[in-house]
Amino acid sequence: MSISPAAGIGARRPPVRGSAEAEARAARARRLGARTIALGYLALLLLAPVAMIFYRTFEHGLGPVWSAVTAPNAQRAFWLSLEVVAIAVPLNTIFGVGMALLLERGRFRGKWILGVLIDLPFAISPVVVGLALVLVYGKTGWFGDWLAENGIQVIFSMPGMVLATAVVSLPFVARETVPVLHELGTDSEQAAATLGASSWQTFWRVTLPGIRWGVVYGVVLTTARALGEFGAVSIVSGRIEGQTQTLPLYVQDRFENFDSTGAYAAAVVLALLALATLLAMTLLTRRAHRKAGT
Amino acid sequence: MVGKGLLGIYLTALVLLPIAALLSKASSGGTSAFWREITSPEALAAIKLTLAASAIVVVINAIFGTVIAWVLVRDEFPGKNFVNALIDLPFALPTIVAGLVLLSLYGKGSPVGINVAFTRAAVGLALLFVTLPFVVRSVQPVLLELDVSMEEAAASLGARPLTVLRRVVLPSLAPAIISGVALSFARALGEFGSLVLITGNLPFKTEVGSVYIFGQIQNESLPTAAAVSVALLFVALLVLGVLQFASRRQSRHVL
Repeated sequence: MSISPAAGIGARRPPVRGSAEAEARAARARRLGARTIALGYLALLLLAPVAMIFYRTFEHGLGPVWSAVTAPNAQRAFWLSLEVVAIAVPLNTIFGVGMALLLERGRFRGKWILGVLIDLPFAISPVVVGLALVLVYGKTGWFGDWLAENGIQVIFSMPGMVLATAVVSLPFVARETVPVLHELGTDSEQAAATLGASSWQTFWRVTLPGIRWGVVYGVVLTTARALGEFGAVSIVSGRIEGQTQTLPLYVQDRFENFDSTGAYAAAVVLALLALATLLAMTLLTRRAHRKAGT
Repeated sequence: MVGKGLLGIYLTALVLLPIAALLSKASSGGTSAFWREITSPEALAAIKLTLAASAIVVVINAIFGTVIAWVLVRDEFPGKNFVNALIDLPFALPTIVAGLVLLSLYGKGSPVGINVAFTRAAVGLALLFVTLPFVVRSVQPVLLELDVSMEEAAASLGARPLTVLRRVVLPSLAPAIISGVALSFARALGEFGSLVLITGNLPFKTEVGSVYIFGQIQNESLPTAAAVSVALLFVALLVLGVLQFASRRQSRHVL
């Protein structure tokens, strides 16, 4: 006869009446212990270093920071970053929603391949993304001769940087939109179609309003990733100062040229943008929870 | 139809062709050349360091990530919402900034007297920073759904807290921990930006796979770079595939 695990435990240590208070005290101690470990770890790994960079940046007052962020090359890097983001993010938003629709609503053979292709950029190192793009669009790459003949430069210029940024931030919108599409279901879309709406009208009036918060959340993540991309852009841009240098590349450049004020100031600008992203993410999830609650 | 075609072109241009070009470049010299590239002393040292550092980092992540998730779900304390939001910071922060942030506290002239710059500890520290959210964010929702009455039942039958943890809580969390670990591992294998400033990229000492690949690209040794890239990509996909398979089996087992 086998003894059930619960009986085994009970036999070893029968519950003692009257020790309830001691047990509650022990439970409280365990909870406090876990809290101390968790918060201590986060403080040492996240909070203290981030606080430190703000301290180091503003250590000598606001003046040096201001002149560092308004330096011509810093300004150029900042605007270039925004330009890349302004092209890559809308592209990934439109195609991301399209891919999500295809993944969730489409019926065709080999759909799993589409899923794998969309997720692949998350499994690839940014450096490898950069290399793979060079191998296709670079001077010695597959399309190198054709691009050169037609006077199109991709690598070491803007199109390459947009490509690299788009690849690394590709999965976010699709990944955030698929679950909300699933939740939305097809009932209201079918109703709209029955009432004579064209598929385009159904998409704009029914589907898109239903999935908009998922899409927005995906866009926030895409923007954060695109703005901070370093490895892939570092390879395809050639890091030409004042020309193909985005803000993250500028941080590295300043640091390696022993201009720590410049590096810290640019890093703090990026960190503030990251904190804004974080705030947007928190507000959006809270909104989603509220919607789910009602 | 037009939409599907455009989508196909977009994915082909961004993902399919580049991956195909990478595989083709890596295999251009045949198997023996590929093997030679990835077993050259410097490449091998970089790959080994990447694998070892990633393995250590995910074990630490599994432990601390689970504790953090537990505290965020089961504990109540002032500022909990702030801490919860903070977890995503490594995802939002550009990787180059992450490296600089760590360097400002644990680098040269550290106010706490710890200087890990240009050491292997720096590799681990940077990887811990960028992979922090994965385990926390995959365990948290499962813990939220977990029925407390199971634990209470076990406890009322006389199970010690450690027994409850080992036999009731952890088995339910295992698939989530595993999937967080797999994502962390894949991310750690390819991490680049956060390591550039803090590790010094010293060959045979702090040079990881992605940094080695970067150096080879700068030297225009594209076949070498492609070979090591494919090796790392293969490991990442293998880990993600195997662990997905394992977690699917596990969840079927539970059901």
